[in-house]
Amino acid sequence: MTRQKRSHHKLKRAIAPYLYLSPALLIIGLLMLLPMVTVIGYSFQNSAVLRRDPSFAGLKHYQAIFADPVFWASLWHTLYFTCMSVVFHMTIGMVFALMLNSDRINPTLRNILRVLYILPWLFTAVIIAVIWRLLLEPNGVVNSVLMQMGIIGSKVEWFSSTATALHAVTFANIWAGYPLFMVSLLAGLQGIPKDFYEAADIDGAKAYQKLIFITIPQLMPIIISISLLDFIWTMQVFPLIWITTGGGPIYSTEVLSTYTYKLAFSSYNLSQASASAVVILLISLGLTLFYIRYQKAR
Amino acid sequence: MRKRHTPKDRLITAALHVALAAGLFFAAFPIYWMLSSSFKSNTEIFALPPTVLPKAFTLEAYAAILGDPVKLRFFFNSYFVAGAVTVLTVLIALLAAYGFSRFNFRGKGSLNTLIISTQTIPPITLLIPFFGLVVSYGIFDTYVALILTYLVFTLPYAILLMTGYLNTLPRDLDEAVAVDGGTSWTALWRVIVPISLPGIVATSVYTFLLCWNEFLFALTLTKSTSMRTVPIGIQMLMGQHAFEWNQMMAMSVLGSLPLLVIYLVAQRFFLAGMTAGSVK
Repeated sequence: MTRQKRSHHKLKRAIAPYLYLSPALLIIGLLMLLPMVTVIGYSFQNSAVLRRDPSFAGLKHYQAIFADPVFWASLWHTLYFTCMSVVFHMTIGMVFALMLNSDRINPTLRNILRVLYILPWLFTAVIIAVIWRLLLEPNGVVNSVLMQMGIIGSKVEWFSSTATALHAVTFANIWAGYPLFMVSLLAGLQGIPKDFYEAADIDGAKAYQKLIFITIPQLMPIIISISLLDFIWTMQVFPLIWITTGGGPIYSTEVLSTYTYKLAFSSYNLSQASASAVVILLISLGLTLFYIRYQKAR
Repeated sequence: MRKRHTPKDRLITAALHVALAAGLFFAAFPIYWMLSSSFKSNTEIFALPPTVLPKAFTLEAYAAILGDPVKLRFFFNSYFVAGAVTVLTVLIALLAAYGFSRFNFRGKGSLNTLIISTQTIPPITLLIPFFGLVVSYGIFDTYVALILTYLVFTLPYAILLMTGYLNTLPRDLDEAVAVDGGTSWTALWRVIVPISLPGIVATSVYTFLLCWNEFLFALTLTKSTSMRTVPIGIQMLMGQHAFEWNQMMAMSVLGSLPLLVIYLVAQRFFLAGMTAGSVK
């Protein structure tokens, strides 16, 4: 190769990665980063989107949100819904993974059960919402079985009573989300070296000791990273709540996403909705930074 | 070797199987109930005591869905949008992943972090500016609006998934092309793509599912009945009549078919797609 040709080749090699990345970066830049800047802009405008020449509003919309008791109630419901979901996703996922990993069940049964235990994962949030509405209808199968067993005395309106609605949507979400933990932990369990358990057997360790001193510490990295992701994603849940309760009755299941959606598309207060959307964004970004730091530290 | 067949040991095994059965009931009963309700008449659905198997097995709910052009249109829209987004996502993600996997360049680390962090951006935050943009560009209530917005959510994860896959392929292969005087572009299409099919399939499966399940943007960025997708169609069934539960369940079963089929046919790719981002 001549020197000229070689330097030409080098230049091509230096530009190439940017060319390969350009379509992706263009889309992410124009359709993700730019809208993020736009929504921050909206939150400082009066009648954003609706007027062509919106005036500057300062922090007015943020003040309005923070003065709104429904916002604080939504924040609390989001926290309750998310924390309960993550804890139970993890617990159920762990119990199922340990059961499936046991050498006491035969391999065929194990494979069949693994497929069936994953089932809730295969259904869209809207369909999950519709299924649970059918199950928990006042005249539905859950009430009728519970009444026959004498656990409840009269029909419970699970989704339309303020006492039960938040628990009911949380339960539906717990049912829908544990398979992610189960599948990941099962993969993790299969990656733990067998020698660890053999060494423990020689030392006469009991089953629960092996669980506490070998299994759980070995799975910790998976547990932490999936919990963080699950927390971020559960916090953003919209369709499940929108279709089961719509945030009601009387705001009792209002979460940040339904609160923001209603501000924007029921009250058409897009400026205030933008302020609320920015608050959600900041919470998510905080958690994401934490997640990325953790991933890099590993 | 552990001692077996002692009474205590048998008891533990029996208890484990009882627990497995309870787990199975928890996981599968709601889905069984959806399936069996879809074959019932609307009056049997709330019969007392509830019927576990449909007493009068009927396909009337399915006939009502499949005989209604409005509802078939929901299915067409869902397949069309998910299909188009999948093709675009895989192409764009493949190029980007090739760039990440085979080149070293300035800003690589920070671009990678940017892409990881865009995965967790709340959809509701982007919804409001998208609504503003879509309305001002006159694409409200069109396929273009849905396809463009879905791309944003499928791309980051697809890029990470594809990069992870390309990183597992030996570099000697494409370096051989370079030695022969070929460009990186020829190496990509001649060498990399043909051996990347498993990665491409996993990425496609994941992308398709994400689009098939999408609700918030379809709800907000479309308006006319002819533009609605399956999830919105199911929600619309709820409002319209006085709760045709059997039709809602039949539509839910039909709406879950693509996911179930993909899962059963390509379980390996499915799980690879769903867990890669979280395990890595």
